[in-house]
Amino acid sequence: MTTLPTTTQKKLGLVIDLDTCVGCQACATSCKEWNTTGYSAPLSDENPYGADPHGAWLNRVHSFDIGEGDTSRTVHFPRSCLHCETPACVTVCPTGASYKRAEDGIVLVNPDTCIGCKLCSWACAYGAREYDHTDGVMKKCTLCVDRIYNDHIPQEDRIPACVRACPTGARHFGDLGDSTSDVSKLVAERGGYDLMPEMGYKPTNKYLPPRPKRDGTTAPKTVAKTEHISDPKSSIERLFAFADKVLTR
Amino acid sequence: MHPAYSVIIFTTFSGAGFGLMAVLGFEAAFGEIARHWLIGLLGLGLAAALAIAGLLSSTFHLGHPERAWRAFTQWRSSWLSREGVLAVATFIPAAILGLTWIVTARPGVIITLTGIVTALLALATVYTTGMIYQSLPTIRAWHRTIVAPIYILLALMSGVVIAHALLLTLAQGDRAMGTAAIMLLVASAIAKLTYWHQIDNAAPLATPGTATGLGQFGTIRTLEHPHTMANYVMREMGYSIGRKHAAKLRQIAVIAAFALPALLIALSLTGNGLAALAASWGAVITMMAGLFVERWLFFAEAEHVVMNYYGAKSA
Repeated sequence: MTTLPTTTQKKLGLVIDLDTCVGCQACATSCKEWNTTGYSAPLSDENPYGADPHGAWLNRVHSFDIGEGDTSRTVHFPRSCLHCETPACVTVCPTGASYKRAEDGIVLVNPDTCIGCKLCSWACAYGAREYDHTDGVMKKCTLCVDRIYNDHIPQEDRIPACVRACPTGARHFGDLGDSTSDVSKLVAERGGYDLMPEMGYKPTNKYLPPRPKRDGTTAPKTVAKTEHISDPKSSIERLFAFADKVLTR
Repeated sequence: MHPAYSVIIFTTFSGAGFGLMAVLGFEAAFGEIARHWLIGLLGLGLAAALAIAGLLSSTFHLGHPERAWRAFTQWRSSWLSREGVLAVATFIPAAILGLTWIVTARPGVIITLTGIVTALLALATVYTTGMIYQSLPTIRAWHRTIVAPIYILLALMSGVVIAHALLLTLAQGDRAMGTAAIMLLVASAIAKLTYWHQIDNAAPLATPGTATGLGQFGTIRTLEHPHTMANYVMREMGYSIGRKHAAKLRQIAVIAAFALPALLIALSLTGNGLAALAASWGAVITMMAGLFVERWLFFAEAEHVVMNYYGAKSA
């Protein structure tokens, strides 16, 4: 059913730390690896070794250059489904294949009823839905619904593949509806924010901004010029020059 | 937005089909044309053929056309689903209207009732088509209150222009239909020019700053895309080829879809015989060609906010 649940028991989602993300693409590749064998598999690629390869990925990492000159910075920016509270991608779906779960807020596509009309991808502001040309259906982040509740894998693996893979701990998973959860505290502490709030979709996933640079003054350090006794002639001058050299060390 | 031919054919053909159905429905209910059974047969037949051709075309771009029936289920939330439901529902009164018209060939209660219901359902269908686009908050050029009304206006315009040619062909031509066609062509041209003026001056919905939340740190430039070649999002939402020709294509659309048909219909009203007939069908052909260009532009000119992640200055 494409009408949205009025409330969800949990708001499972991700918190992505733009301060610590190094743009290594581990989250994107581990996402592809897990999801090409899991729910709604495979995530197919077209012409993968040809001149114009493209395929369905559920997670994309952009790299941006922001600001000018000495104050500029590079920010790596992972982008995936934000599991919005009021997403139009669900309500526009004509078949009911797209839905938001009342129990945990995860937005999913049923690959058996999707007709591949692509309208949900038009409604999404975040480019989170990609069309699988081989399957003829839409693919999107499942928040690794087939991992997080999976009794057959070790407890530490019951988190989304992207979170598990991140080497810098830039990705966090949890219940953003629970104000006492670790992710909610992290968002409160670091000023986590919504992407494109003007769309009114109320994203569940939050982004943590880069921290201020450690040194506020970014101008290079100036080294004070020191005077030296130059060209010593007498032995006493050489002694003073030696003492000067030792003492200025 | 990528202008898929299947969707261009869908919106122009089904628009013309349902527009013609609406015009014939109103005319059958309130006019004199119900006296001729051939108008019912050929007119409603042509309208149904156009509408069905458009609807079938819309299924060509689906990944799973065999599942298209599922699109009738989510009318509570989805304009696309409502469009499907209303499109099919319109054929029920239209079929009763057509059969009664062909059999009785004179106005009556059934023709009046089914004529009105057919016309209203046909226009409602076109409205839902427009709302599929108008309801998307992500596309500045579509998320405007003028979009769905223009769909209705263009459908009625197509319907009246085709009805005029049809009536002339069956030697039932009247000045009223031709005059209505010219008036609707002028009104549609004004509406479309207003629309273009609006989208040229509309403020962007979002910027790379709000899309990433990093606007506070300065101007955002792309260092690296996440992928070496264009992905689905860029191919579908990032279509910009031909946007540079937009000004010329708008002129072509105005001339072909509105100005030339109006001129040809005026000629068909002054002339008679074969010349008038040729002019009236010439109007239909140039109008449909012009509407293809107009609809192509409707998609090609529309910018999607997701392109803020892919180097757009704003969208």
